[in-house]
Amino acid sequence: MSRPDLQNPVPLDPALDAPTAGAATRLRFAAVRSRLRLPSAYRRPMAVIGFTIIALWFIVAIFVPWIAPFDPLAQQFDRLQPPGPVNWFGTDSLGRDVLSRTLYGARISLPLALILVVASAIIGSVLGAIAGYFGRAVDEVIMRVADLVFAFPTIILAMIVTAALGPSLTNAVIALLFVSWPSYARVMRSMVLGARSREYVVAGRLLGFSPFRSLQRDILPNVAAPVLVLATLDFGNAILLLSGLSFLGLGATPPTPEWGAMVADGVQNFSDWWLAAFPGLAIFTVVVAFNLVGDALRDSLDPRTAGAVQGVKI
Amino acid sequence: MAGQLAVRDAHVTYKLPGRRLLAAVDGVSFDLAPGEVLGLVGESGCGKSTLARAICGLEPLSSGTVTFDGQSIPTLGLRRRPAHLLRIQMVFQNPYSSLNPRRRVGDQIADGLAIAPASERSSVAQLLDDVELDRNAAGMFPHQFSGGQRQRIAIARAMGARPDILVGDEPIASLDASLQAKVATLMRDVALKNGASLLFISHDLSVVRVVADRVAVMQAGRIVETGPVASVWSAPADPYTQRLLAAIPVADGLGRLPAA
Repeated sequence: MSRPDLQNPVPLDPALDAPTAGAATRLRFAAVRSRLRLPSAYRRPMAVIGFTIIALWFIVAIFVPWIAPFDPLAQQFDRLQPPGPVNWFGTDSLGRDVLSRTLYGARISLPLALILVVASAIIGSVLGAIAGYFGRAVDEVIMRVADLVFAFPTIILAMIVTAALGPSLTNAVIALLFVSWPSYARVMRSMVLGARSREYVVAGRLLGFSPFRSLQRDILPNVAAPVLVLATLDFGNAILLLSGLSFLGLGATPPTPEWGAMVADGVQNFSDWWLAAFPGLAIFTVVVAFNLVGDALRDSLDPRTAGAVQGVKI
Repeated sequence: MAGQLAVRDAHVTYKLPGRRLLAAVDGVSFDLAPGEVLGLVGESGCGKSTLARAICGLEPLSSGTVTFDGQSIPTLGLRRRPAHLLRIQMVFQNPYSSLNPRRRVGDQIADGLAIAPASERSSVAQLLDDVELDRNAAGMFPHQFSGGQRQRIAIARAMGARPDILVGDEPIASLDASLQAKVATLMRDVALKNGASLLFISHDLSVVRVVADRVAVMQAGRIVETGPVASVWSAPADPYTQRLLAAIPVADGLGRLPAA
């Protein structure tokens, strides 16, 4: 039974605990200041590059009718022209401008990848959270189904599902949704397992929260960060998978300027390098940019990289 | 007046690896009358917290009964806590983990208010006044407060529910020495003012002496001595209590160690 520091008792400093108005204002002021400063994780060169590339691609996707020099579907040039002063990225086998097609491709790949990532993150997180919170039979059923999906190679399973549904971009998204939710469910389940015995969760239950309210109020907001990071990192993957399905002829159907489908076109005309190189470069930049941003997000949300954490004192 | 808690021969047993059993609470009986402050003291690992959790229905009893107004307390599973049990509330040991870091303090206190009987419902501002916090605190997040302030918020949240019984599971153990007595006294005052009885668990006898009317001394899962604070203090009957009392350092400024 030791009382700390008996020889040098700490003088009772009223400012330590007395909640005066001054202290409250100071606290609020500090909070505003820390909110204005961007965590260092976002100020690293790599993160800035990632954010810039993503911002540029989204600007392109929104304003492409004004940016693209030509109609992406009009067959108005000589076939298979190498890059030159008129067609900067050359023309394809039907005489369409590759630059315009690549830029318009952003309008197809980015929104679809976004829908795919958001939908699979939501579905996977909800199922994982339910499995983790309720445990027992519910947990077993959900996680064994997840294991079943995990047991197949992603792209093969997506191919099977798309082939069964018929090739179209919508079906490709549905197929990829089917194969991509389990990773979110896994992460969410383990986070919820760890969170549900925390004292504020127990306190909430003692205050009469139903399990769903407890999940919604106390658990999910506190475990959302890792899922957010996973989703960002998964965005690049989603674009790759969508392009992959289109490349295999299971996603975008011909005139659509989808990047994966364009690369597939280019592979058929291998000597005309510009056909595959430019849409390939587009995929590459988007995927790399989202990975850089995902890394920054992870660093800023991970308590172990302490300096980068916003407003959390431990 | 409602709010009678009765613990009769309660046992809580944990399974250890290798088929061994650990009796964390080993046949405990006591009553907590309305408006009474009972201090439960004992060393770390003697089963105090387990007993507190069992009273709140967070730990299943292996035998014995805990009844509240004559109704037994079922273990809290995946259902909502039954309405009559909401009249038992708890303040946890660690104020750094007992508040949701992502919700405003006012909202968390309002959770307590929501389950209070309509006729006795207070307000967030009133509760913050009760625990001597600034009313602006309602709009802030837990990380903007010190440990002592957070524990006041936790007390306000529990009291908002207008409980008949407030259980404090070592509520002062993780606070600075300078704050312990202050928060403990506040807890007693707030509980009594609102007509609740208080089960105050601590390993610190000197604080329990200040806040409790009656004290129960626990050792290795059993209550070895119980009685009014003054009589236990002046004439401890059990050797364990005598040793606990002898271990309180003398606050004479000389840094004297307790007598052997």
